[in-house]
Amino acid sequence: MNIAIPIKQVPETSNVKMDPETGTMIRDGVGTVVNPLDLYAIEVGIRLKERFGGRITVLSMGPRMALSAIREALAMGCDDGILVSDRKFAGSDTWATSYTLAQAIRKAGNFDLVLCGERATDGDTGQVGPGIAAWMDLPLATYVSRIDEIDAKSLIVERLVEEGYQKLRLPIPALLTVVKEIAAPRLPTLGGKKRAKLAEIPTFTAENMQLDESCIGLNGSPTRVVKIQHPKVAREGVIVRAADDESIDAAIENLVEFLRGKKIL
Amino acid sequence: MSFVWTIAEQRDGRLKNVSFELLSRGRRLADTLGTSLASIVMGSGIEQSELERLIQQGADEVYYVNDRRLADFVCESYSNIMVFLLKQYHPHSVLAAATSLGRTLMPHVAVRAKAGLTADCTELDIEAETDNLLQTRPAIGGNIMATIKSPYHRPQMATVRPKSSRPLPADPTRIGKIIEVSVPEELFDSRVSVIGYRRDDESFVNIEEAEIVVAGGRGLRKGDNFKLLRDLAEGLGAAVGASRDAVDRGWIEYPRQIGLSGKTISPKLYVAAGISGSIQHLAGIKTAETIVSINNDPEAPIHRIADFGIVGDLFEIIPRLTKRLGRERKGSKTA
Repeated sequence: MNIAIPIKQVPETSNVKMDPETGTMIRDGVGTVVNPLDLYAIEVGIRLKERFGGRITVLSMGPRMALSAIREALAMGCDDGILVSDRKFAGSDTWATSYTLAQAIRKAGNFDLVLCGERATDGDTGQVGPGIAAWMDLPLATYVSRIDEIDAKSLIVERLVEEGYQKLRLPIPALLTVVKEIAAPRLPTLGGKKRAKLAEIPTFTAENMQLDESCIGLNGSPTRVVKIQHPKVAREGVIVRAADDESIDAAIENLVEFLRGKKIL
Repeated sequence: MSFVWTIAEQRDGRLKNVSFELLSRGRRLADTLGTSLASIVMGSGIEQSELERLIQQGADEVYYVNDRRLADFVCESYSNIMVFLLKQYHPHSVLAAATSLGRTLMPHVAVRAKAGLTADCTELDIEAETDNLLQTRPAIGGNIMATIKSPYHRPQMATVRPKSSRPLPADPTRIGKIIEVSVPEELFDSRVSVIGYRRDDESFVNIEEAEIVVAGGRGLRKGDNFKLLRDLAEGLGAAVGASRDAVDRGWIEYPRQIGLSGKTISPKLYVAAGISGSIQHLAGIKTAETIVSINNDPEAPIHRIADFGIVGDLFEIIPRLTKRLGRERKGSKTA
């Protein structure tokens, strides 16, 4: 079973501090990681490979820096990496990104499955996975939390939806976006890290993929960012201390009064 | 023609609440543009009286595609039909809810229609003179608000965060048209089939749709202590959520996780108990209308974004609060 996994390099947010004055993220000195939600896709890919054989190709669209994200995925157990990188890709929105990645996957080979994280933790749109499925005309299942059955021709999955879990049957090839519940990602091994360090990672460019220039980068992107605002996060609410019986009762009375004022009670 | 469209969602022939939230958004945009508002319904065997609710709550027209094969959401067929309708009617903009359906269908359609799409918007407006749709959304974990437009492409598409707007009150005197649309047979894609649904527990609730959410974190110390929150939630008519910490420890199931790797919610009231408020957690609750925090650490970041914070022991406070709210309810019944 051959699997393609597009991944994104994102700012590391787990150690990020907030500026208490402005309520914005302090991004100085913040490192980059593989989008945490992509790790679930990588883990599922590796488990399927362990069961069925085949190869896993990870692709990442971004600057050269994204090579470190690709190497991290290789260290976990993916086989091949491809950097999708070109200055012409700058300013791509989700429309142009899904076009570019779909073409890169096509050029990379024939795959039984394309696995994506549900969304990236920086852009937070979740639009690229379904977008790639549309470009490649692949049957799509989003928010996949479990693969119930799978063979060479089809699979049955559960997807997490508002009412619970929806069970779908899809033919192979297909594209899945997966959620955290599907599998706990493994850590890279020492051997994996060594292999990843030495791996040759080719670069796909607009030219060698023969992309339609009207579909890439800022020019190929229908959306434009008009403005960015930093909302004030702190609400400057009431803070009360409740240390003993009396102050707990007082705090609860105050809270009830407060909720009445908000017409919640 | 230049309509505003909303995509209505249904399940078992009943329209979901988000369908009406979208209409209040759409109504305002359509009025600003001086155009009409249409709601697109794909489903099977939906009663006329149910469709009329869309008219009563803001739609001028309802386009209903009625087919057994559309009873459940299957992206490929829904997308084919949307692309077909877009080519026929050329709407100015299309709004869908940022639900599992909207966030799957809309990017699929946007690619095929070469339309700009903005995810999970919390504000929508019309740019004077150009009529561009100004779409504002929280990004980078809610730390910035980005306003986005698609100046050269139509339709302009957006998914809208559930609960970020309230439905309009029903007006039974509103007049509109319900049009049943038949679509070509080849638009039904049979590659993917829905086998069914599974719900592990009877109490499965979607925390994104709840008016009030009560959530617990590491401060609860063990999974059994979620009972305290369940009791409180029952009194408030709330859904129970959790921080990532609580989910990772196996205290509660993942669909209830709130934050960057879980769900983003905008309830009327959010109560956080024993949650310190990591940046990832705060990203999921920033658009809540009112936030109440209960945490014994006065320095916990959750207190900074709370409208009402209690610094104290949740094990003392929550049971008493539950009891007190019980009295409140009895009081309001006799009043």
